[in-house]
Amino acid sequence: MSDIVERTLTALPGLFLQGQPGGGPAAAKAPFSSRLGGLVRGVTALTSKHEEEKLIQQELSSLKATVSAPTTTLKTMKECMVRLIYCEMLGYDASFGYIHAIKLAQQGNLLEKRVGYLAVSLFLHESHELLLLLVNTVVKDLQSTNLVEVCMALTIVSQIFPREMIPAVLPLIEDKLQHSKEIIRRKAVLALYKFHLIAPNQVQHIHVKFRKALCDRDVGVMAASLHIYLRMIKENSSGYKDLTGSFVTILKQVVGGKLPVDFNYHNVPAPWLQIQLLRILGLLGKDDQRTSELMYDVLDESLRRAELSHNVTYAILFECVHTIYSVYPKSELLEKAAKCIGKFVLSPKINLKYLGLKALTYVVQRDPTLALQHQMTIIECLDHPDPIIKRETLELLYRITNSQNVTVIVQKMLEYLHQSKEEYIIVNLVGKIAELAEKYAPDNAWFIQTMNAVFSVGGDVMHPDISSNFLRLLAEGFDDETEDRQLRVYAVQSYLSLLDVENAFYPQRFLQVMSWVLGEYSYLLDNEKPEEVINRLFKLLMSDSISSETKAWLIAAVTKLTPQAQTSSTVERLIQEFTVSLDTCVRQHTFELKHLHENVEVMKNLLPVNKSCEDLVVDASLSFLDGYVAERLSQGAAPYKPHHQRQEEKLSQEKVLNFEPYGLSFSSSGFTGRQSPAGISLGSDISGNSAETGLKETNSLKLEGVKKLWGKEGYLPKKESKAGEEMEASPAPLENAVSENMDQAGTRRDQAPVLAQSKEEKEKQLLASSLFVGLGSESQINLLGKADNVSHKFRRKSKVKEAKSGEAASARDLTCSSLHSPSHVAHEENDYLTALQDRGSAEAEEFPLGSELLDPESVSELPVVGKLSDCALSAPSLFADSDMEVFHPPSSAAASASAAAPVTAEIALASSFLEETTEDVRSGRVEVCSDETVTMSSYKLWKDDCLLMVWSVATKSGSELKSANLDIFPAENFKTSEQPGCCLPAAEAGSTKTFQYRLQVERPFTEETLSGSVSYQRVDTHAVQLEFSVNLSLLDFIRPLKISTEDFGKLWLSFANDVKQNIKMSEPQAALPSALKTLQEKVRLHVVDVRGNEGLLACRLLPSTPSLLHCRVHADGLALWFRSSCPALPDCLSYQCQKAIEGS
Amino acid sequence: GLGGQGVGEDSFRVWERTFCRGSRPRSPRVRMRFMLLFSRQGKLRLQKWYLATSDKERKKMVRELMQVVLARKPKMCSFLEWRDLKVVYKRYASLYFCCAIEGQDNELITLELIHRYVELLDKYFGSVCELDIIFNFEKAYFILDEFLMGGDVQDTSKKSVLKAIEQADLLQEVRARDDEEEEQEE
Repeated sequence: MSDIVERTLTALPGLFLQGQPGGGPAAAKAPFSSRLGGLVRGVTALTSKHEEEKLIQQELSSLKATVSAPTTTLKTMKECMVRLIYCEMLGYDASFGYIHAIKLAQQGNLLEKRVGYLAVSLFLHESHELLLLLVNTVVKDLQSTNLVEVCMALTIVSQIFPREMIPAVLPLIEDKLQHSKEIIRRKAVLALYKFHLIAPNQVQHIHVKFRKALCDRDVGVMAASLHIYLRMIKENSSGYKDLTGSFVTILKQVVGGKLPVDFNYHNVPAPWLQIQLLRILGLLGKDDQRTSELMYDVLDESLRRAELSHNVTYAILFECVHTIYSVYPKSELLEKAAKCIGKFVLSPKINLKYLGLKALTYVVQRDPTLALQHQMTIIECLDHPDPIIKRETLELLYRITNSQNVTVIVQKMLEYLHQSKEEYIIVNLVGKIAELAEKYAPDNAWFIQTMNAVFSVGGDVMHPDISSNFLRLLAEGFDDETEDRQLRVYAVQSYLSLLDVENAFYPQRFLQVMSWVLGEYSYLLDNEKPEEVINRLFKLLMSDSISSETKAWLIAAVTKLTPQAQTSSTVERLIQEFTVSLDTCVRQHTFELKHLHENVEVMKNLLPVNKSCEDLVVDASLSFLDGYVAERLSQGAAPYKPHHQRQEEKLSQEKVLNFEPYGLSFSSSGFTGRQSPAGISLGSDISGNSAETGLKETNSLKLEGVKKLWGKEGYLPKKESKAGEEMEASPAPLENAVSENMDQAGTRRDQAPVLAQSKEEKEKQLLASSLFVGLGSESQINLLGKADNVSHKFRRKSKVKEAKSGEAASARDLTCSSLHSPSHVAHEENDYLTALQDRGSAEAEEFPLGSELLDPESVSELPVVGKLSDCALSAPSLFADSDMEVFHPPSSAAASASAAAPVTAEIALASSFLEETTEDVRSGRVEVCSDETVTMSSYKLWKDDCLLMVWSVATKSGSELKSANLDIFPAENFKTSEQPGCCLPAAEAGSTKTFQYRLQVERPFTEETLSGSVSYQRVDTHAVQLEFSVNLSLLDFIRPLKISTEDFGKLWLSFANDVKQNIKMSEPQAALPSALKTLQEKVRLHVVDVRGNEGLLACRLLPSTPSLLHCRVHADGLALWFRSSCPALPDCLSYQCQKAIEGS
Repeated sequence: GLGGQGVGEDSFRVWERTFCRGSRPRSPRVRMRFMLLFSRQGKLRLQKWYLATSDKERKKMVRELMQVVLARKPKMCSFLEWRDLKVVYKRYASLYFCCAIEGQDNELITLELIHRYVELLDKYFGSVCELDIIFNFEKAYFILDEFLMGGDVQDTSKKSVLKAIEQADLLQEVRARDDEEEEQEE
């Protein structure tokens, strides 16, 4: 705008002094006589902020008096309003005038109304309560016959309008779509666009009318409708594919100059329209070859037509390149687009260079060789005086990072980081550095040092994930034990030396990381005594700059180190010092330390060395409090109601009708204590992975035939070439360079004549060689051989998870006798179903006894509803809060009353039952103990009404077993009873003896060991006793509960105990069916109903404590909500379900 | 281990963040967040906010952004990464025009959008200068509202924008004359 004459404010007072207008064209227009002019003049003449404040406060109080006086005319009011806007712009509060702005818009004539509306739009925001008062005015003006009034109303509606009042104006605005004036139609479309943004559901029904707007004869209306389409296509591109042809035709017309000249901007036809269309096409053509093919022509034409004459054509070109790289690729177009990017990158204009870098950043994910082409420019930009150029260059480098160039790139990023002060930049960069370091770290020392820099600079502003991920990485380790150890040792050493630096200041988050690592791993150092580490931590604790959160971490570290260092006076000093701390949390931690310190043995057990990844067995149901609860209840205390129930009750009091039978509302309370101690299961990283996927693409791209300028050792000159720029200039591929591999390149470089280059040039080229290594075709080959052991140095160990999922099984293994064969263990890990399927042939022979006969019906088929009531009576301990009403579904006729009855008499029918019992489920047989004479094995039979444990003792020699006796030790959570009829008189040649025990749950648990002993009489000698134990899981006592959806609903409402659990999943939508299947198969839940993304499941704990599960898919995973009549059951079940799903 | 607790708490917070993010009401995404006009001396001349922002936050943002932009050297890039936004600015004589857009938007066309606005002002005021905007800021707002509706370009035709403004102005003048007559009659 060269024709704007610069008149700065310094000239202002002089102008005012002339008193009369006439100081030039601008001054002539300035209304000096008006009050506003006076105010502005007054303010500009002042020199200090204090004076200004005084003047404005005076002005505001006089304004306040004026606007609230009843005699004030609307004309004066209008004038006051302008002054109020001015005061607000200067930063003073003029909220007393807001209501008057609304009044002015309501009552004023056209020009007063206009100022009123303007003031409203500037003063208020969408959710301001006063805005409701404007609705009537808007409705009135929309119905006005005066076009200007309608325009004003539409303008205000598209700027600020309360969402809940949309229905009041929607029909009026819809009508305006048919208005004869294009300006009204256009504004109506934009108002509807606005509604679509804030309340998409409310405008859904007018989508047909949007299509009409798209075909409007007026270009402005059509252009306006593109806003809506862009938005809708962004949300759901597949729904609008049929419009591709129309958009292409419109763009063709625009590009071909078919629009009225009016819409030209600097001789470029409707640039905003073009860009809008290009964006739409980009979205439509993404990953869709057929749609993309429709637009190749017009994209080509856009590129061709955009003559580089004006900035605006660059803007269009940029968008066009973006679109070409977004849609399904076409090599010819990509080539042209790449050339176009070159024009940007090489432009001397800084704005264009910036956009060139931005475009490169976007496209290197698809075509990393483009970065190679522009490497010298990129190097230059890395040292650009404008930080934004540097920043974008780093962003580009971040996308092309691989294991070979990571150190150089991270170093550049760290340099930039040290110069940055802006929090947003620091947070962003630190996250990227941490990500790259974790992904591509070449060695331990580099990794720890880089992370040290990240923690020192990123400190307390960075994303908390970074430190959690780092600790997790350290704790979980990798596939290589020595590697783990080295990394940890290096970390400990590094932190100890950092702590020894005098007067060094570290962010709290960093200190927390240090204290955790020192607490866990300083035992790895041979030369460092734990006492000395404790001393250092204590020194930190006493420092003033430590937050109380960090103090808790430090004390935790000291606590972990204390059992390793029995004699530390520092610990006692610490206890003395902090048991009187004013901070409750710190005091609590100190008291824990104090009491543990008094009992070293307990402490050692509680804080084993290097066990941070092991799971703690936590009694999440708090069963040890049951006695207390019962006592309180008997004394008349009200039973505990969980949060949601209290809320529901509150709601039901407030509302008359609740139409929703139940809904999921997650309170955080349900989740506490649900995590494994290291919190690993839920804390997966959410940091952006776009780069990762991008890089994956990069690796899979074919890069053959790419001009290779830079090798690992540096510049790869062509023998006869003179300088680097010639290579850039000549588009012909350099055959020699291409055919060279890295090693040859290295040697050739040595032989090549030293080129006449400045030192600086050389440095740049060296830098280039280290930055762009790994991007060309040859290095790609190198990477293939190397990538696996280099680039994934810190790949998370996968076995941790596996170990977790199979936890129950492995725990069982541990307690089982060490003699059992591995194949059996593996077998037992299998779930019930596989056991059932595999059972068919071979195993059937392994079980010689007719224990199956005792199953009158197959477990899965048995309707169990009928037994709900008697179980409620039989197991009163399960209902700690049994004063609530338990819903009893109607007993099913099919229920077998005799199910529980002993059926010994029916042994004779054994053969006829065999058919049915194949459906019966049982575990594989496991050897539990043995000596030189006998072996004892056991298996579980998951009967419908109980768990039947079958033990068989067999002599190895086949000799006769005399008077074997089994003794089961009493267990805490369940009771055992010998199943009559099991003591068959010495079976099968007397070499085997079988015992059957019926197990009933007394109270829910997660894992429990059942122990016992077997004694027998050997033929030759006297009695021998052998001890054994078997692990039981809650799952052994869970059976499907077959009920209808309706009954589910009733039961749901009648249950008070609940637990909510959230399981993260990568693709929750797809995961529901498989998750349901897993739950059905592994946990034996019955799938009651599946509706959309929700599933209802039910089960019962033997004998028949019902438990219900409602699971729902949401954006991040699967939400599970358990309810049961038994207080502890949901918790235990939730644990099992989570394990099952995460393990599947 | 005991220290694991700390890590667990962290991941709980992560959960809270990721989980609660979904439930928070979605703010309507506007391509342009705000537009500011301020002088070389750091005086605000015009502000238009397209996304609801609290008064306090507005003041803070204006203050911060003015500082950043005024510190830029003349040959530097017209684009700026600021907070989570992209700022596109251009200086015309003594006035800075400044737009905050979302990062993935086209900076160059935003620069042209500023230029088009300046052209409109220029055409309306006839060789516009800072004084015109200081004393007639409400007019500058009217023109902006006619050009950008809720932050989106409403019309790329210069003629129709000015026609709409002039139409309203014309009414204003007629009305003003009526008012004067009324007053005289009284």
